[in-house]
Amino acid sequence: MASIRYESQVRPPLVEGQKGYHEVTEDIIRPIEASPSRGWWTGFIVALCLLTFGIISVYHEVVYGVGQWNLNRTVGWGWDITNFVWWVGIGHAGTLISAILLLFRQGWRTGVNRAAEAMTIFAVMCAGQFPIWHMGRVWMAFFVMPYPNTRGPVWVNFNSPLLWDVFAISTYFTVSLLFWYTGLLPDLAAVRDRAKLKWRKFFYGLTSFGWTGSAKHWQRHEALALVLAGLSTPLVLSVHTIVSFDFATSVIPGWHTTIFPPYFVAGAIFSGFAMVQTLLLVTRKVLKLEEYITLEHIEVMNKVIVLTGSIVGIAYLTELFISWYSQNPFEGWAFAQNRVNIFSPYGWSYYLMMGCNVLSPQIFWFRKMRRNLTVTMFMSIIVNIGMWFERFVIIVTSIYRDYIPSSWTTYYRPTIWEVGFYLGTFGLFFTCYFLFSKFFPVIAIAEIKHILKKSGEVYKEKMDGIENESLEAFAAEHTHGHETAHAH
Amino acid sequence: MAVKKFVVGYFEDEPELFEAVKKVRKAGYKIHDVYTPMPIHGLDKAMGLRDTSLHTAGFIYGITGTTTALSGIGYIFCNDWPLNFGGKSHFSLPAWIPITFELTVLFSAVGMVWTFCWLCQMAPGVKKHHFNLRSTDDQFTMVIELTPKSNEADVQAFMNTIGAKGINTQKAETGWWWGRYDKDKGPYDKSEGMELA
Repeated sequence: MASIRYESQVRPPLVEGQKGYHEVTEDIIRPIEASPSRGWWTGFIVALCLLTFGIISVYHEVVYGVGQWNLNRTVGWGWDITNFVWWVGIGHAGTLISAILLLFRQGWRTGVNRAAEAMTIFAVMCAGQFPIWHMGRVWMAFFVMPYPNTRGPVWVNFNSPLLWDVFAISTYFTVSLLFWYTGLLPDLAAVRDRAKLKWRKFFYGLTSFGWTGSAKHWQRHEALALVLAGLSTPLVLSVHTIVSFDFATSVIPGWHTTIFPPYFVAGAIFSGFAMVQTLLLVTRKVLKLEEYITLEHIEVMNKVIVLTGSIVGIAYLTELFISWYSQNPFEGWAFAQNRVNIFSPYGWSYYLMMGCNVLSPQIFWFRKMRRNLTVTMFMSIIVNIGMWFERFVIIVTSIYRDYIPSSWTTYYRPTIWEVGFYLGTFGLFFTCYFLFSKFFPVIAIAEIKHILKKSGEVYKEKMDGIENESLEAFAAEHTHGHETAHAH
Repeated sequence: MAVKKFVVGYFEDEPELFEAVKKVRKAGYKIHDVYTPMPIHGLDKAMGLRDTSLHTAGFIYGITGTTTALSGIGYIFCNDWPLNFGGKSHFSLPAWIPITFELTVLFSAVGMVWTFCWLCQMAPGVKKHHFNLRSTDDQFTMVIELTPKSNEADVQAFMNTIGAKGINTQKAETGWWWGRYDKDKGPYDKSEGMELA
């Protein structure tokens, strides 16, 4: 049974070039063992500068209060919650790739899952900053923890979507981290076992938990990965569903819609894949991993982008239709006047969103475009700009005009400290990602080895013979004369 | 913790390994373990290992999470501090489902990973004897335990016939110990003859 590794020639190879197991180890661990390039240092320093700017911005907010932001009545949620939803959404692609595609047995996930999962963890870390610092008196943040306390006890409101969010995001972060780290153990052990330097032996010895590669351990590892994938799949759907409940369970026109959960989840995967593309296009180039993250991987992800982008498009149109069909004057106003009317104060942002999210990804119906790296890079950034504006449109255009015109606000625009906080999370995200790409294997080595002899270019070529062989000859050779007993 | 003697050999690919595992079991030798660079489907069956019960553990942790959430929220909202939300029932199950679900997943995932580490005896700072350092790279290492009934030379010769390469004998500690990979110190005095690979 194990002697036949066959995969149809119709499927393009997932690992290109002349590779054996050892070459895979070499290629993926090389960037860890080499000293970082000038490009890495430049990127890392830029990320650190952004992070510093973010820390200064948060310092201003904590010391002088949330008034440092331009939030007002009625725009009580502005850039901060927009950024929160945007970052959480980005995280979703990582879990989709690592968990859902594992359940669907998609071989191509092996090339990209490690980096995508890392992206998830860093994105959720960034997302978490916004609600936390938005609390204002952040030293009271522990109030969200439900435990018997001496303050009454003061309990949290378990019926509130905002509290569901606390549970959803923290569970999501924890489970993603565990999933990612248990997957890393064998690869960290591979780095440890070839380490020459003392500190490397120490560091990877500590982080690989004493992994040996024992058959029993692999069996448990596989079982663990499968169950964690099974748990993460409903989890990832629940997380953005719950984020959408923050809006959907309110009675604000434009928020109070039942389409939010599926529409938010699709949008999250859409923006997440765009971010994966941005990261991987750079990573494969800088770390010279083009043979593992192939054009094939890029193309498949572009297909996901056009699919989810179109789902989001349908959701936008459904929202518009329902706002008219419901004949609710407030709902109708929120859409017709605050959004679709291009001459309204924020009308521009609605069309920016539509253009970036619905129209532009349609370019990926063309194979040539899906396989063009420049177009992909450009589109990945456009999509993320669009998805940021989607959240901005949902939040700001729904609340800047209240039910009574006398309480309509002045035009909301962020202060430098709001922008700084957002840029700071980019700093946090990329600082983490640069450190990750330097010290951890960015591709799951063991998983690549697992598919290598089935989907590797060299091995696929050798399979040509099998395709031309007659059925009888094939059966005779591979059953070793055991007749039909093992003919499965 | 026990120091035992092992015959170690490696194979270069899966098919050879499977054949060898079959032959070793047929010959009646005791396979201590097989170390591979990646998961190999069917190897556990071939070696006669039983299925893992990690799934069951995950299920038990999961229902623990469900129970914790429901009983916790139920106690707080119905007994400890019942709040009146516009005269609605204190016991408002639908609104508790999100948190109940999240805690189920959280308990299950954390519990399973903890159990996984416990069963495999893995933790930061744990050190184990490695029979072949390249078994995390490209070699499929088979380790046969020498029992009072088996003869070292016989087992080595047998390993040779099944196609193993780099055959050698190692005395090793089978368990784990607190140690560091940048230090060669064993769990006991090295003069006793443990050769670290």
